[in-house]
Amino acid sequence: MDNNLNKNIFTDAIKQSFAKLTPRIQVKNPVMLVVYVGAIMTTMLFFLSFAGINDETAGYTLAIALILWFTVLFANFAEAIAEGRGRAQADSLRSARKDVTARKLKSTSNLANFTEVLSNTLKKGDVVYVKSGEQIPMDGDVIDGAASVDESAITGESAPVIRESGGDRSAVTGGTTLLSDWLVIRVTAEAGESFLDKMIAMVEGASRKKTPNEIALQILLVTLTIIFLVVTATLLPFSYFASEQANAGAPISVTNVIALLVCLAPTTIGALLSSIGIAGMSRLNQANVLAMSGRAIEAAGDVDVLLLDKTGTITLGNRQASVFIPLTGVTEKELADAAQLSSLADETAEGRSIVVLAKKRFDIRGRDLTKLDATFVAFTAKTRMSGIDYQGNEIRKGAAEAVKTFVEEKNGDYPEECNQIVKKVAGDGGTPLVVARNNVILGVIYLKDIVKNGVKERFEDLRKMGIKTIMITGDNPMTAAAIAAEAGVDDFLAEATPEAKLKLIRDYQAKGHLVAMTGDGTNDAPALAQADVAVAMNTGTQAAKEAGNMVDLDSSPTKLIDIVRIGKQLLMTRGALTTFSVSNDLAKYFAIIPVLFFGIYPQLAALNIMGLTSATSAILSAIIYNALIIIALIPLALKGVRYHEMAAGKLLKRNMLIYGLGGLMAPFVAIKLIDMLLTASGLV
Amino acid sequence: MTQIVIQDTLFLIILVALSVPLGSYIYKVMAGKAVFLSRVIAPIEGGIYKLMSIADEDEMSPKDYIFAVIVFSIFGLILVFGIQMLQFFLPFNPENFHAPSWDLAFNTAASFVSNTNWQAYSGESSLSYFTQAVGLCVQNFLSAATGIAVLFALIRGFVATKKTTIGNFWKDLIRVLLYVLIPLSLVLALLLVSQGVVQTLSPYGEVVSLESGTVQTIPLGPAASQIAIKQLGTNGGGFFGLNSAFPLENPTALTNFLQLLSILLIPAALCVSFGKAVKDSNQGRAIYAVMLILFVAALAAVTINEYYAGPTFQGVMASGSMEGKEIIHGVGTSALWGTATTAASNGSVNAMHDSFTPLSGMVLMFLMQIGEVVFGGVGSGLYGMIAFVILTVFIAGLMVGRTPEYLGKKIEPFDMKMIALIVLVPPVFTLLGTAFAVLMPQASSWLSNSGAHGFSELLYAFTSMGNNNGSAFGGFSANSIFTNMVGGMIMLMVRFVPMIAVILLAGNLSNKKTVAASDGTLSTSDLLFMGLLIAIIVLIGALSFLPALALGPIADFFTTIK
Repeated sequence: MDNNLNKNIFTDAIKQSFAKLTPRIQVKNPVMLVVYVGAIMTTMLFFLSFAGINDETAGYTLAIALILWFTVLFANFAEAIAEGRGRAQADSLRSARKDVTARKLKSTSNLANFTEVLSNTLKKGDVVYVKSGEQIPMDGDVIDGAASVDESAITGESAPVIRESGGDRSAVTGGTTLLSDWLVIRVTAEAGESFLDKMIAMVEGASRKKTPNEIALQILLVTLTIIFLVVTATLLPFSYFASEQANAGAPISVTNVIALLVCLAPTTIGALLSSIGIAGMSRLNQANVLAMSGRAIEAAGDVDVLLLDKTGTITLGNRQASVFIPLTGVTEKELADAAQLSSLADETAEGRSIVVLAKKRFDIRGRDLTKLDATFVAFTAKTRMSGIDYQGNEIRKGAAEAVKTFVEEKNGDYPEECNQIVKKVAGDGGTPLVVARNNVILGVIYLKDIVKNGVKERFEDLRKMGIKTIMITGDNPMTAAAIAAEAGVDDFLAEATPEAKLKLIRDYQAKGHLVAMTGDGTNDAPALAQADVAVAMNTGTQAAKEAGNMVDLDSSPTKLIDIVRIGKQLLMTRGALTTFSVSNDLAKYFAIIPVLFFGIYPQLAALNIMGLTSATSAILSAIIYNALIIIALIPLALKGVRYHEMAAGKLLKRNMLIYGLGGLMAPFVAIKLIDMLLTASGLV
Repeated sequence: MTQIVIQDTLFLIILVALSVPLGSYIYKVMAGKAVFLSRVIAPIEGGIYKLMSIADEDEMSPKDYIFAVIVFSIFGLILVFGIQMLQFFLPFNPENFHAPSWDLAFNTAASFVSNTNWQAYSGESSLSYFTQAVGLCVQNFLSAATGIAVLFALIRGFVATKKTTIGNFWKDLIRVLLYVLIPLSLVLALLLVSQGVVQTLSPYGEVVSLESGTVQTIPLGPAASQIAIKQLGTNGGGFFGLNSAFPLENPTALTNFLQLLSILLIPAALCVSFGKAVKDSNQGRAIYAVMLILFVAALAAVTINEYYAGPTFQGVMASGSMEGKEIIHGVGTSALWGTATTAASNGSVNAMHDSFTPLSGMVLMFLMQIGEVVFGGVGSGLYGMIAFVILTVFIAGLMVGRTPEYLGKKIEPFDMKMIALIVLVPPVFTLLGTAFAVLMPQASSWLSNSGAHGFSELLYAFTSMGNNNGSAFGGFSANSIFTNMVGGMIMLMVRFVPMIAVILLAGNLSNKKTVAASDGTLSTSDLLFMGLLIAIIVLIGALSFLPALALGPIADFFTTIK
């Protein structure tokens, strides 16, 4: 983010801090409401002093009132700055959402027969025709045509993507632009409910509802506030009685009661609670993931079973040839030569990797197919083979079953040895490609799935946190088992069908687990709907997006792990700041109580272990600290606490040490420092 | 001092050794399993169910359970009140006592129904044998049994998955009474009688004392039976005004030891039952350990203060602060008793807490102020502690990045609301009660001391009522319309509001699915968690009461220090 934008957010947040002073907004946060009411009361007490009603000296009351007002402003600022980033993002999204003229077709068959309408009048089910260079008017499914689309307005990714009818790449989003060709689109959302609208609402926080966990924490904070309200309010009669009994001193003033209450109430977390939630959401947005609700992010923190697609997440997308295994009587070079020939025109990654391997092993160079008078036979789903025909020879490579049929049709023999090799390769997690020349099997190419660097360690970390990883693959069980072992996942689902996935999720949920998964296809929709955290790829179908509770704009298969991290970090930040806030109180008591009752029982001065100058300076220092700590912790609330993948026990110990113990110590030092500054400056 | 340490250690060892088998026994009883007493008791139990037409499978929703508890308790309240008011016309009243004032009768009824046993009366000079035995003694059993019943309703909530019921109050009540409280009381009463505790219906005796032939009246009555349950059921209301400091209530070192043991026995055993019932003994052990640690810390503080911090007088042997203590009990067992009776919400005393050194008095007050969760009342102590456990789980659970959960149940807003009620109500009522009392114009006339110690007397009284403890600091004249009425209301509120919250919590937990545990789940039985739990209990207590304590015992300490 550039400086200019930061500056804008900053000035905007300052304006917002004042705007948020209206009671309508203040009542939403019970803890800060106490400070707000306290600020109003002390301000009134200050004005009453002109009428001769003196609770404390006018200057002191004014100082307290001012600090309380600043405390409220700081809390408002924390919230405003958290909202600011989202608002900036929403503004840029809004600029993408402009009304355009759309060509509404009367029938799908005749592209010339259309009426021009404004995009915001389009209804669900309408069919529109969009040409190169135009903006897609509304969310929809492509029902005809194929085109490259610039989706940078939403994803921030400048490389265009292909959208075409049928299959899993048919969803288009309103506000994106066609770069080439044309599309016929059936509209699936109306103005106000489009993906872009939802996105704007989410990043802006407009539709942000308090999550259950936030409400539960709020209840805890309100409970503490009520206790402190009673504790401080009863001090009025208690000190009155005590001073009468001791025949010394005076009851404590209302100003001091308010100051004490504000010090003790969990204002730090109370002020930062909503910023933490908003910031969590915006961290997710920065990761280019759009959550449909705040609840989904928290659920991500609780997830303990991750269903990960093998391809792209665990392994590199493409398999690579790693070994030529010739049958007896065939040299490896002969096999390599035939394999290379059959792959020369093969543009698939596997094909290219065979050419590379042949060159590496035997320095077999590329040959010109036209010179050889060869014709390439491309792979089809029916034959499940590819190869080359040249000089009366037919070389084929493909799945074992397919090649077997191929040679047997030519009265060739499919030797048992080949069968053995195929089984062994599959058992090792590889994919066997059998190579045949005419009716003779030459050998097997070992295509290897390459497990991504570092995933094993990543899964190990996840396991430490109690998260189980399950690999989902279409491979057969033997291959799947081998890759699973290599990648270090906890379990795998082989020959996965949508039904099997759904069943797996249900089984885990029945055992009390929370399951997260990623999906893109329409056939993933039931499983996505069932999973607790379901991330739909932005490239996926509309059905998948609707079934999921998050959309990954980058369509990255590894995003799930980042989402879990963000969810956990959000909860941890809340816990850490609550602990910090409550631990602070101990030092504040030590600062205030001895000096508060000093007049009644001078002997209590023995408890003034911090050696604060006077009652006035002690109370002022404590509430100044109380206000400043909010500002000091805003960056932490926005960024979230440092996150490490480790077991719950260790994590707790670490955070307890930093925020619990730190929370006990920090105010002792800070309050003493402020007291020294106040004393040195002669203000008290 | 060495002797005191040995004695206390021995006491704790025996307590733990007895609580383990008793805990598994109570677990079996409450799970409806057969125990060695079943052969004798099961037919009686079955007969009662038949009489009440309760079928085996009858279970209650939380609302029904609450309804049963409340109706049952209101009935008890009216009964105890009525018996007192009518005692002059009822049998077994050899001393012909008239009815006490209506406000005192209300206070006493509220006190016994709420398992507080705060006594603004003196048994031997105002209540008939009938009132004591049928009114108070019976209520000692019933209020204790109610507490244990509600605890098990909560435990069922943790164990159940997607259920809408939490057991049957009547069955829980009857099982606790028949299998646990009555047999144990019977044994204890017999042991007490064997040592000289009185158990008779004959009128007060008269003896001519050796000195100058004065006639001294010796109060008697069916005491042993009531004393047994007063200790076992963490009730604490003495048969005689002086409670267990009175020779006929606690005559020997052995009765002193037995009574001490029975104060903590059932609350301690329930920790074991809890572990068994949730199928994870470590959970019960962790809670037990936390209670023991807090108890030992408090005991050490009280004992050391009593032993070393007392006033020294020229020419008097230096064996600690003996003011207000019985010679036969000495500093050691008086300190142990004081700690036990305030840790558990028992409230019986064998020494005058008013005479304890200021800091000891503060520890005793603080044990009550943390909500009576260090053993606490039978049943209520443990459910109060579980509320603190859930509170700790909530804060700590967030810090490991998960929605907090305890025993596989996620802690959600409704649960937190109930926890808030359980944790919030006692300190709020304690503070408000004390505040209203000091505002009364005649407040200082109720106190026997002025200054900080006077405030301590007041604070102690409302702390005791506000946490259903019932022990008296002494030095505070409790029998005034204000204290009787306000105190009575406070005792009922702090007993039943949290209790209702616990039952609702049980219902809500019961309805949830159980989440599977993993390495990412916060352990609620390791040392770290136990430490945190202790920290949270002490912190919440301290934050709530430090200012008040500063004006009471702390100021008392600093103003009397030499």
